[in-house]
Amino acid sequence: MQQKPILLTILDVLSIIGLGAATYFALVFAPTEAVMGNVQRVFYFHVGTAWVGLIGFVLAALAGIVYLITKDAKWDRFEVAAVEVSAMFFFITIVLGSIWARPAWNTWWTWDPRLTTAAVTELVYIAYFMLRAGIEDPEKRARFGAVYALLGGLSAPITFMVIRLFRTIHPVVVGNGNPEAQGGFDMTGSMLTAMFVALGAFTVFFINLMWHRIRLGALEEKVEQIKLKVSM
Amino acid sequence: MTQPSPSFFKAVLAIARKDLAAEFRSRELLSAMLVFSMLVILIFNFALELNVDIRRTVTAGVLWTTFAFAGTLGLNRSMAVEKDRGCMDGLLLAPVDRSVIFFGKAISNLVFMLVVEAIVIPLYAMLYNETRIFQLEFIGVLLLGSIGYIAVGTLLSAMSVQTRTRDVLLPILLFPVAVPVLLASVKASGAIVAGLPFKDYVTPLNLLIVYDVIFIAVSYMIFDFVVEE
Repeated sequence: MQQKPILLTILDVLSIIGLGAATYFALVFAPTEAVMGNVQRVFYFHVGTAWVGLIGFVLAALAGIVYLITKDAKWDRFEVAAVEVSAMFFFITIVLGSIWARPAWNTWWTWDPRLTTAAVTELVYIAYFMLRAGIEDPEKRARFGAVYALLGGLSAPITFMVIRLFRTIHPVVVGNGNPEAQGGFDMTGSMLTAMFVALGAFTVFFINLMWHRIRLGALEEKVEQIKLKVSM
Repeated sequence: MTQPSPSFFKAVLAIARKDLAAEFRSRELLSAMLVFSMLVILIFNFALELNVDIRRTVTAGVLWTTFAFAGTLGLNRSMAVEKDRGCMDGLLLAPVDRSVIFFGKAISNLVFMLVVEAIVIPLYAMLYNETRIFQLEFIGVLLLGSIGYIAVGTLLSAMSVQTRTRDVLLPILLFPVAVPVLLASVKASGAIVAGLPFKDYVTPLNLLIVYDVIFIAVSYMIFDFVVEE
C-alpha cells in the first residue's frame, strides 16, 4: 500500500481552513449589498466554483493533447480527474447561480450565454463519461477520451461567442460592465477581499481534489493489474 | 504525415466514389434520411402549428433541426457499414495516409446531406409557399453549416461506432460539440429569411467559417488517433 504523501495531508488541512475562512468572509466579513441584500453573498462561492470549474475544463483539454502526443497513462488519469472535479464544480456553480437568479432576475434560469455555455459544457462532460463507459479497452478509452476532451475544449469558446449574438442579462462584475445587465453591483474593498479569499480557497481545494482523484486513478490501475495477476 | 500530393486527392476521391456508388445502387441511406426528414417536418407542422406568422420566425430552426437529425442517421449508417463487414480494416490497410479515409468519408457524408437538403428544401418551399429560402445567401449558409456539422460528425461517428453503445452514442457526443454550428446557422439563415441586410448576419457567418476551419483542421490532425488499432 502506497503511503499517503505528507504534502497531500497538509493540503487537506489547508482546504478545510480555506473553505472555513471563505465562508466566514462571505457570510460575516463582507458587507450586505445595498439593493439585493444577503442573497448577494452567494456570489463569492459562485465565482470561486466557476473559476476552478473553468480551470479544470482547460486542463482537461490540455491533458488530452499531451496524452495524444505522449501516450502516457498518467495524463489520462490527470484528464479524468480534471473532468470529474470540474464537472462537479460547474454543477455547483449553476445551482448557486440559480439560487441568486431567482430573487435577482425573478427566474431560476434564462438562456444567457454564460448559463447556456455552462449547461452545454455539463452536457459535454456527461457525453464524455458515457463515451468512456462504452469502451472496455483502457488504451482506447484513454485515446477517445482525450480526443473528445479536446473537441469539447475547442467548441466551448465558440459556443459562448455564438450565444452572445442572442441577448444577455448576466452581470459582469469584474472588468467592463454590460449596460443591459440586471443585478450588477459595484464592489467595495471588503467585498473584493472576500471574493479573493473565496478564489484562493477554492483553488487550493481544487488542487487537493485533483491530487486525490489522480492518486485514486493510479490505485485503481494497480488493483486492476493485481486482479489480472491473481486470475492468471 | 506525408505532404498532400496529387495521389492524396485521387485517393480521397476514390473513397468518396466508392461510397457514392454503393449508395446510389442500394439507396438505403438516402431513402431513410429523406423519409425521416419528411416525418420530422410533418411532426413540426402539427407541434408548432406552422401558420404564416409562426413560419416567418421558425423556418430556419425547423429546417436545421430536421437536417441535424437526418444527418446523424446518415453518419451512423455510413460508418456502421464500414465496421460491420470489416471494410474499415481493409481501408486502413491501404497504403495511403489515414486522413485520406477521413476526407473521403466526410465528402461522401456531405454529399448525402446535401442531396437530402436539395430535396427537402424545395418540398418545404412548396408545402408552405416559402420562396424566401431560395436565396444564394441561404444556400451558402446551408453549405457552410453542413460542412462543419459533417466534419465533426464524421470524426465522432468513427469513434462512436467502436463503442458498446454505438448508434445511441453518436447524437449524445455530436450535439453538444455541434451546438455552435447549429445555432450560428439558425441565426444566419433566420436573418436571411427575414430579409435583414448582410451586416445583421455577418457575425454568425464569420463564426461558422471559423468553426469550419478549426474543426476540419483538428479532425484532419486527430483522425489517426481514432482509427488506430
